[in-house]
Amino acid sequence: MKQQTLIIEAGRSSQIFYWRDLWQYRELFRVLAWRDLSIRYKQTVIGAAWALIRPFLTMVVFTIVFGKLAHLPSDGSAPYPIMVFAGILPWTFFSTAFGDAANSVISNSALISKVYFPRLIVPAAAVIVDLTDFLISFLILGVLMAWYRFIPDWKILLLPAFTALVFLASLGIGVWMAALNVKYRDFRYIIPFIVQFGLFVSPVGFSSNIVPPQWRLLYSLNPLVGAIDGFRWCILGGQTELYLPGVLISSCIVVFFLWLGIKQFRRTEQSFADLI
Amino acid sequence: MADTIISVENLSKAYLVAHRSAKREAYATLRDVMVLEARNLVRKTADLLHGRQVLQGDSVEEFWALKDINFQVKQGEIIGIIGRNGAGKSTLLKILSRITDPTAGRVALTGRVSSLLEVGTGFHPELTGRENIFLNGAILGLTRSEIRRQFDAIVAFAEIETFLDTPVKRYSSGMYVRLAFAVAAHLQPDILIVDEVLAVGDSEFQKKCLGKMDESAKSGRTVLFVSHDMRRAGALCSRGILLDAGRIVCDGPMSQVIETYLAHHVMPASSVDLRGRNSRASNGDVQFQAIELVGSEGLSAQFTVGERFTQHITVRVNRRVGPVVVYATVFASDGVPVFSLFSPDDDFRWTPETGDFVVRIAVDRLQLYPGTYSINLWLADRNFEHLDSIARAATFSVIQEGSCITERALDRADGLVVQEARWSWDLAGAAESDKQPRTVAALAGGRG
Repeated sequence: MKQQTLIIEAGRSSQIFYWRDLWQYRELFRVLAWRDLSIRYKQTVIGAAWALIRPFLTMVVFTIVFGKLAHLPSDGSAPYPIMVFAGILPWTFFSTAFGDAANSVISNSALISKVYFPRLIVPAAAVIVDLTDFLISFLILGVLMAWYRFIPDWKILLLPAFTALVFLASLGIGVWMAALNVKYRDFRYIIPFIVQFGLFVSPVGFSSNIVPPQWRLLYSLNPLVGAIDGFRWCILGGQTELYLPGVLISSCIVVFFLWLGIKQFRRTEQSFADLI
Repeated sequence: MADTIISVENLSKAYLVAHRSAKREAYATLRDVMVLEARNLVRKTADLLHGRQVLQGDSVEEFWALKDINFQVKQGEIIGIIGRNGAGKSTLLKILSRITDPTAGRVALTGRVSSLLEVGTGFHPELTGRENIFLNGAILGLTRSEIRRQFDAIVAFAEIETFLDTPVKRYSSGMYVRLAFAVAAHLQPDILIVDEVLAVGDSEFQKKCLGKMDESAKSGRTVLFVSHDMRRAGALCSRGILLDAGRIVCDGPMSQVIETYLAHHVMPASSVDLRGRNSRASNGDVQFQAIELVGSEGLSAQFTVGERFTQHITVRVNRRVGPVVVYATVFASDGVPVFSLFSPDDDFRWTPETGDFVVRIAVDRLQLYPGTYSINLWLADRNFEHLDSIARAATFSVIQEGSCITERALDRADGLVVQEARWSWDLAGAAESDKQPRTVAALAGGRG
């Protein structure tokens, strides 16, 4: 068997082999995701039901505050709870996945300072784990639809595309924050703030239709706006038209963050073990 | 050059370290502290903008953990890397196992590298032994099918069959370590990098691990091994690299490297004050105060083969404890104990009152091969309850000079003890009654 020679040099270590290594370590990726998943609800009483309770309660509160008290309009004739929940689904996924990915490198410091593997595996595995929670919470959506006798049409088949958008958004921003977090621990305090802030600037509790049309494009610079709009459009079966320029802009922003995140991560990755 | 598997050229690694300035203690007025903090904030902000590391402290300095390291390793070699704490051993292993980048220089590695810098890296306490085998295996770079193939061997090696489905947080520390090493031992890399993992586990298991590593090397694998335990490193490794302050001091046969290490760090001395030694466990009732080594011509740290060798050990008795037992072990530079002098063996009975005493242990003929030796001292009461002990209380060297005992050049590779014997010969098959020694050739005889 021809053996490959690995060159370690300052600055450019394993640059060539990085993506090949990433593929070779797919087993570790699988195992890390499985580990986080299997310990996630250990020593809890209700276990995975937590993945249902949190979004459900958020939905109840938002329906009461925004729908009943503030009398904000829903999308077309869709019931307000379903409209809210269609926004909560991607938002909960994004906020938990982004937060977990951003902290993943620090919480796996023992691993990172003792073993080599492509570090990108760590935040990626964290996002995958939250994806399962996200899928579990679709159960609530099913129950809500049955309750309100709401029947989605063919557009729901496009949901995976928007799920991918949220996935890439949380991965891109999460990976970027993870790299910054290792070097500057200030981000540990910034991250919860971004999550809290994001909840109000994203159309989670309300429909983005209430945003004045002239501001709609600017609003779509928030990558979550396009994703949440897309979710509502798929789930509610197009009660209102999908604002396409917004989705496009949000997608571009997501791709930009993904590029930026991976680039920054790759650049600082080699010094993680020294800084952590 | 075909079988050179690791090649390290001019490898250097720098770390940034920050210090608190002395000023902070000197002028602790609010104004000074504010000026200092403001300066630090400016510096940190500048660091942030340049994408540099942020350090807590008043001044930043570069620290070279490794400087211009060069060496090559051939396939199948077992190399021991030794040096004091902070010599750069772990940094070197971290670079070789790709955990961190060098600041300068180049390393070329051929083949699959596995590093074991810590046992049980990535073990999760909540997961069972079975799950952790797969987790740890994946972390160390094994695929699932490889782990499956080796699973039974791993479990058998770790001796944890009955606890396979128990979370490892319920394991005893011995079981934990055994399981962790078992996974690592069944990796089949071309290059295995091991850092002091054998400091844990009982001696039985340590032996098993060493055997496993030896076996790996015999089957053509290359092993790099960091250890503080000279005896272990000496037994396992054929070649050694001695690091000091980030540089290679000595690279050669292990015995020579160990010799250099000890010569660097333990100076032979004829008289050693032991009062300052704080690495001892003693309640203060009876304590060693000093040790002096005396040869045939007075105080000395260097003895010739066959010379008289007397230890004068000063002991302070603060409280009467009844009969006291003294134990002195002489061991060779690679950590192998050569002999122990135990006061009851020679019918030495001593029941000291309070005060300072000198105990003399005289050896008429020091029958050791040339080399460096150290002495461990131990004091106990009648029931062998520990009173005081000192490791490496004194170090001395033995040289061959003149024709004492033998004229042949004594080489450490032939042994440690210059043993005398009586020799004879006879015709084979001669009746027992006929047996009359024809020749008695003894090396025996007085010194000099």
